[in-house]
Amino acid sequence: MSNYFKVFRRKPTAMAGLIIVIFFILMALIGPFFFPLDLRAYPAKRYLPPSWQHPLGTDAYGRDVLMQIINGSRDALFIAALTGLVTIFIATVIGVSSGMLGGLFDEVLMRITDTFLLLPQYPLLLLIAAILPAGRELTLVEVSLIIGIVQWPNTARAIRSQVLALRERPFIEAARCLNLGNLHIIFREIIPNLMPYLVMNFFLALTGGIYSQVILFSLGILRFTSVNWGVMINIAMAESALINQRAWIYLFSPIICIVLLQTGLVLISSALEEVFNPRLRTEE
Amino acid sequence: MRWIVRKTVFSIVTLFVAITVTFFLYRVIPGNPVDLMLNYYLSLGYSYEEALSRVLMMVPFVPTAPLHEQYIDFLRGILSGDFGYSFTLAQPITRILGYAIPWTVFSLSISLVISFMLGTVIGMYIAYKRGSLIDRIMSFYASVTTAMPQNILGFFLIWSLAIQLRLFPKELGPYGPTVDPSKFNLEFILSVLRHAALPILTYVLTTIGSWVLMMKSSTISVLGEYYVTAAEARGLKDRRIITTYVGRNAVLPLFTRFAIALGFMFGGALLIENLFLYPGIGRYLTIGIQMRDYPLVTAGFLITSVATVLGNLFAELLYSRLDPRIKFE
Repeated sequence: MSNYFKVFRRKPTAMAGLIIVIFFILMALIGPFFFPLDLRAYPAKRYLPPSWQHPLGTDAYGRDVLMQIINGSRDALFIAALTGLVTIFIATVIGVSSGMLGGLFDEVLMRITDTFLLLPQYPLLLLIAAILPAGRELTLVEVSLIIGIVQWPNTARAIRSQVLALRERPFIEAARCLNLGNLHIIFREIIPNLMPYLVMNFFLALTGGIYSQVILFSLGILRFTSVNWGVMINIAMAESALINQRAWIYLFSPIICIVLLQTGLVLISSALEEVFNPRLRTEE
Repeated sequence: MRWIVRKTVFSIVTLFVAITVTFFLYRVIPGNPVDLMLNYYLSLGYSYEEALSRVLMMVPFVPTAPLHEQYIDFLRGILSGDFGYSFTLAQPITRILGYAIPWTVFSLSISLVISFMLGTVIGMYIAYKRGSLIDRIMSFYASVTTAMPQNILGFFLIWSLAIQLRLFPKELGPYGPTVDPSKFNLEFILSVLRHAALPILTYVLTTIGSWVLMMKSSTISVLGEYYVTAAEARGLKDRRIITTYVGRNAVLPLFTRFAIALGFMFGGALLIENLFLYPGIGRYLTIGIQMRDYPLVTAGFLITSVATVLGNLFAELLYSRLDPRIKFE
C-alpha cells in the first residue's frame, strides 16, 4: 500500500489524476443529496442561461443541467467500476491459470482468447447490447457485464505474459522446491507480485468501461430511463445541439466531464505503469 | 509453409466463430429477432403463413425448420453472398454494402495513411528527444487521446472549426445538399473532399497517439542495439543512421499493426461516421442496430469480422516476409 502512496507523492501528474478521480467519486457519492434527481419537464424553463439557481442552465425540457451531470456521474462511475472488476477478474483467472498450467490447457485458452481478440470489439458490443435485452431495459449490472465480457481478451493476454515472466523468477523456483503446490504458488506468490500490474490494468479497464458506455449510450443503442452522460450527449444531438447555441452547455457539460475523468484515469495508470515497469522510465 | 497453413486455418476457424456467434444471437437466444419479427407480423393480424412468408423474405433460412438445418441454410446464404433484405431501408443488403464500402474505404484509407505516417515520424522524433518537454507533451496527448471516444473530439472540431470559424461546411453528410451525386464532376469531387476533411481530421487526431507511442517505444529499443552504436562508431552521417539503421528497423513491427488497421478499416469508424452522418459501414451497422434491422446488422458485423480476420492474416504473412526469423519460432 505504501508503495502506491509513494507513486502519488513523487509524481505530480499522478497526484493530479488522483484528485480528478476523487473529485468525481465525491460528486457521485455526495452530489445527489444536494441535487436530487428530478426528471420532470418544466416547459417554462426551456434552455435557461446559467444563473445562481441553475449554474449550468437548463435543457430542452427545462431540467437543470448540473443536476443531470451530478446524477449521471453515479451511473457512469458505477458501470466503469463494475466493468473494471469484471474485466480484471476474467482476465486474471484466464491469464494466471493459462500462464501457470501451460501445455494444452494454455494452448486452448489462448486460442479462444485470440479468437475473441480478432472479432471486432465495438461492433460486437453493439450487437450483443442490442439483441440481448429483447425489448426491455438492461440494468446497470448487465451493461457492465456485457462491456466486461467484450473487453477482457487484451488484458488476459497481458497478464499471461507477466505470469510467464514471473514464473521463471528464483522465488517461484524456491517455492516449487519446497513442494508448496500450485494453489499456494498462485495465491501466495504470483498474485501478490502481480498486484501492481493488476491495479494498473484495472485503471485501464476503467477507461475502457467509460469509452464503451459512451459509445453505447451516445449512439442510442441502449435506451436509458435515468440520466447518464452518454444519454445526455445522445439527447443533445437529437436536439441538434451543435447548431443550437442555447444547447451548447447541455452538450459540452457531459463531454468535458468525460474528457476530465478519462484524463485522470490515464494519468494514474500511466504513472503506475512507469513506476512498476522500469523499462519505460524516462528519467532516473 | 506449415506455419502459413496453420495461420490460415486459424483465421477460417475465427470467421466460423464470428458467423456462429451471429447466428446464435440472431436465432437461438430467447426473445431473438426472428421470433420477434414473427410475433410482430402476427400481432398485425397476418395469418401465420403470411407472417412466415414475410419473415422468409428477410432471412436466408426457414424459421420453423430444425435448428441445425437453419444453421446450415444460414451458412450457405452467407457463403453465397446472400445476406437477405433490409426491411428498414427496403433494399437488398448487398446493394447497401456496395454503396457504403466505397465511402468507408475512401475516408478511412486517407485517414489511416496520414495518421500512420505522421505518427511514426513524431514517435521517432520524441524517441530521440526522450525526457524533453515536447516528449512529455506528445506522450501525454497520445495516451489521453487513445482513451477518448472519437466523437468527443469530433464535437469540439465541428463546434470550433465548422461553426465558429466557418472553415468547413456546417452541414453533415458526405457532400453538400446542392450537389447532384449522379454527376461525377468537379463540383461533386470538391464537395466530397470538403465534407471528408473534418471526419479525416478527427480520425487522424484520435488515432495518431497509438502510432506515436508504438513508434516511440520501438525506436527506443532499436537505439539500444549494437548495430546502431557500430554505425555511429563508423562515423556514418546522422541522417543515414536515422533513416536506414534506426527508422527502417523501428518501423518494422508497426507494419503488422498497419496491416491489421487496414483490415479494421472496412468496419468503418462507428463514432465518426455516426457523428458526421457519413454513409459508411459503421453508420449502416448502427442504423441496423438502432432500427432492429437484423439482416443489416448481421451483414455489417460479418463484413467487419471478415475484414479484420483477413487483415490479421495479411499482417502475419507480411511480417514473416519482413522478418524471416518469426517463422522459426
